[in-house]
Amino acid sequence: MRNLVQQSPMVLVLAFKRRLGMMFGTVGNCDVWNCWMRACYISRHSPSGFCTLEITAKVKEGNVEISRGREATKGFWLAATDKSGTLTPFNFSRRETGDEDVTLKILYCGVCHSDLHVLKNELGVTSYPVVPGHEIAGVATKVGKNVTKFKVGDRVGVGVLVGSCKTCECCQQDLENYCPQITFTYNSLNPDGTKTYGGYSDMIVVDQRYVLQFPHNLPLDAGAPLLCAGITVYSPMKYYGMTKAGKHLGVAGLGGLGHVAVKIAKAFGLKVTVISSSPQKESEAINRLGADSFLVSSDPAKMKSAIGSMDYIIDTVSAAHPLLPLLSLLKVNGKLVTVGLPNKPLELPVFPLVFGRKLVGGSDVGGMKETQEMLDFCAKHDIAADIELIRIDEINTAMERLAKSDVRYRFVIDVANSLSQ
Amino acid sequence: MPRLPEEEHPNKAFGWAARDSSGVLSPFKFSRRATGEKDVAFKVLYCGICHSDLHMVKNEWGTSLYPLVPGHEIVGEVTEVGNKVQNFKVGDRVGVGCMVGSCRSCDNCKDNLENYCPKMILTYGAKYYDGTLTYGGYSDTMVADEHFIVRILDNLPLDSAAPLLCAGITVYSPLRYYGLDKPGLHIGVVGLGGLGHVAVKFAKAMGVKVTVISTSPNKKKEALENLGADSFLISRDQDQLQGATGTLDGIIDTVSAQHPVLPLLGLLKSHGKLVLVGAPEKPLELPVFPLLQGRKVVGGNMIGGMKETQEMIDFAAKHNVKPDIEVIDMEYVNTAMERLAKADVKYRFVIDVGKTLKATS
Repeated sequence: MRNLVQQSPMVLVLAFKRRLGMMFGTVGNCDVWNCWMRACYISRHSPSGFCTLEITAKVKEGNVEISRGREATKGFWLAATDKSGTLTPFNFSRRETGDEDVTLKILYCGVCHSDLHVLKNELGVTSYPVVPGHEIAGVATKVGKNVTKFKVGDRVGVGVLVGSCKTCECCQQDLENYCPQITFTYNSLNPDGTKTYGGYSDMIVVDQRYVLQFPHNLPLDAGAPLLCAGITVYSPMKYYGMTKAGKHLGVAGLGGLGHVAVKIAKAFGLKVTVISSSPQKESEAINRLGADSFLVSSDPAKMKSAIGSMDYIIDTVSAAHPLLPLLSLLKVNGKLVTVGLPNKPLELPVFPLVFGRKLVGGSDVGGMKETQEMLDFCAKHDIAADIELIRIDEINTAMERLAKSDVRYRFVIDVANSLSQ
Repeated sequence: MPRLPEEEHPNKAFGWAARDSSGVLSPFKFSRRATGEKDVAFKVLYCGICHSDLHMVKNEWGTSLYPLVPGHEIVGEVTEVGNKVQNFKVGDRVGVGCMVGSCRSCDNCKDNLENYCPKMILTYGAKYYDGTLTYGGYSDTMVADEHFIVRILDNLPLDSAAPLLCAGITVYSPLRYYGLDKPGLHIGVVGLGGLGHVAVKFAKAMGVKVTVISTSPNKKKEALENLGADSFLISRDQDQLQGATGTLDGIIDTVSAQHPVLPLLGLLKSHGKLVLVGAPEKPLELPVFPLLQGRKVVGGNMIGGMKETQEMIDFAAKHNVKPDIEVIDMEYVNTAMERLAKADVKYRFVIDVGKTLKATS
């Protein structure tokens, strides 16, 4: 174990059982981790299934943290340092551009609801200070000598992951997002033990494998949210076969994920019904987003009349909610895919599954190849997110509004313009 | 004034019925309809005892209509065919499973999924098209529309073929639908009873590696030596569960009692599928993160359509998949039900109707 710095909140010792996902450690306010984030902290040494992780000690010099053994590139970012989730300016360092790396100047970063969950440690997995942001769009300013896919000046993006093992079955099948050794764009650990910091900053350095090319006609600002919200709904539509023109898809929840799901589904030629508890969203859903119909989930009569009418449902709702009414909307062989992140188990009534051969499945973003495919698809069909641009100094207010779902439908931080002012 | 069961139809019939939710079965005179132009009538030789029969005689699902003649794993020999019947003749070895009718016109019926037809008619305890109650196979004769009759090839003994008509199709169908039938895959079978043991046999016949997951350590020897399972996992043993984490492509879960889903999801590889064929009454707790993390699926399945049921019988005949049965006399049926309630059977009771059901005067 390397020297530990007494004051640093960054130093931690972890021992964990590889598959049961219970990890014990303390990092400032970090609680015991649940299964969801276990993938972040996987050691390279795991012959017995028990792993320990050595962390590069960080030395705080002034207000700039420098990782030992790596040169610092100074920059600027927003970090939260406790579970109030309040974001404040925080100086930082990024690694030098390695041979496989692309350095991005960040122009825009989408504000995903996951950012809010992590800022406030609602999932119990946050390691402070945390810099969120995994819907990053910008321009390549430097590329490593082995980089073949990108050149300086390219319009590029980074989504939810910045690393994986590259050798497991999932990685070999372009499913890096399911790699047990995935490195998330923020609040995660690189193989060298340093933490990852996300896109609420002015620059980022990422292995070329995890960088996306923005098609020329896809705007960077409205395209940024596609890097999480877009792939989160596109991937299950492909995997679960929800792309047959004429079939009927229900989209539960009309927020960042839901509104993109409607657009992509319409581009696939699906009939789309938005299922929402907010009647006031109906006009938007139909007139602006192009949904074919709107179902108020709290209206029993309307729900009853729609029983057995849908081939699939994408459930974007994170709050705890009953599955039975949604399952009832499905036809026989219907599929309900959950992409939201409820932090408690849902109640699963079994009879509807058995008597209708229905299924409930999950999906978690997508691999890099599919994410690129999604961007190209959206560019081709003129799909981008509906966004509200904000300055960096407006982020905390935006987070408060996001908590109340007061946004149509994604905040995007206008990083470059905020910094230039 | 409703007619007595024995007067409802022209052909006299005799069986054993439950009269109330005590579930006790006793001799019962009733009648079967005349063999219609599309009907096949047959002498019942054997009938399997399905756990659903036990649920229904005791009205545990709240849907039972008495008097209830259970039995939906019915096999016998054809005695009469209607004049428009094309596929069967007198003397053929045939069977009837869980359903005897459906609308024949909805999308499900057109896709050979009569089992999911909203108007599907169950073999017993349901209202037929003419408004009369359907009676199952704990009886001397059976008549059903040709569409709901399956042929049983000569190389499959009738007694051990009977349980295939419900247990067999209940596990065969999801193995196919959820793609768990490919050689080299590795599945888990939760519960080793009527459904579970047939699932092991079918999966092995398909070239699939099988782990039996059970709460009963004493079933291990049976599972490995008799049924041919590759391994055995005690579901209450945390170390065993942990050692098997992420090893299974799919799981067929035959358990009806409430049980936790999280450990089973943990056994699945990413993209794994947990298929529920037992039906617990109360909802299960579904942790969502494991589904998302591994793009896993929890699905259900209920028997299969007629086309697939015939395919399953033919597959069983070809690959010598025979349920393990205990043949009993008709009069033993109440004792059998008590033993079934305690899972004291390897693995299916089959009533020797042909030899032991004796009509009372």
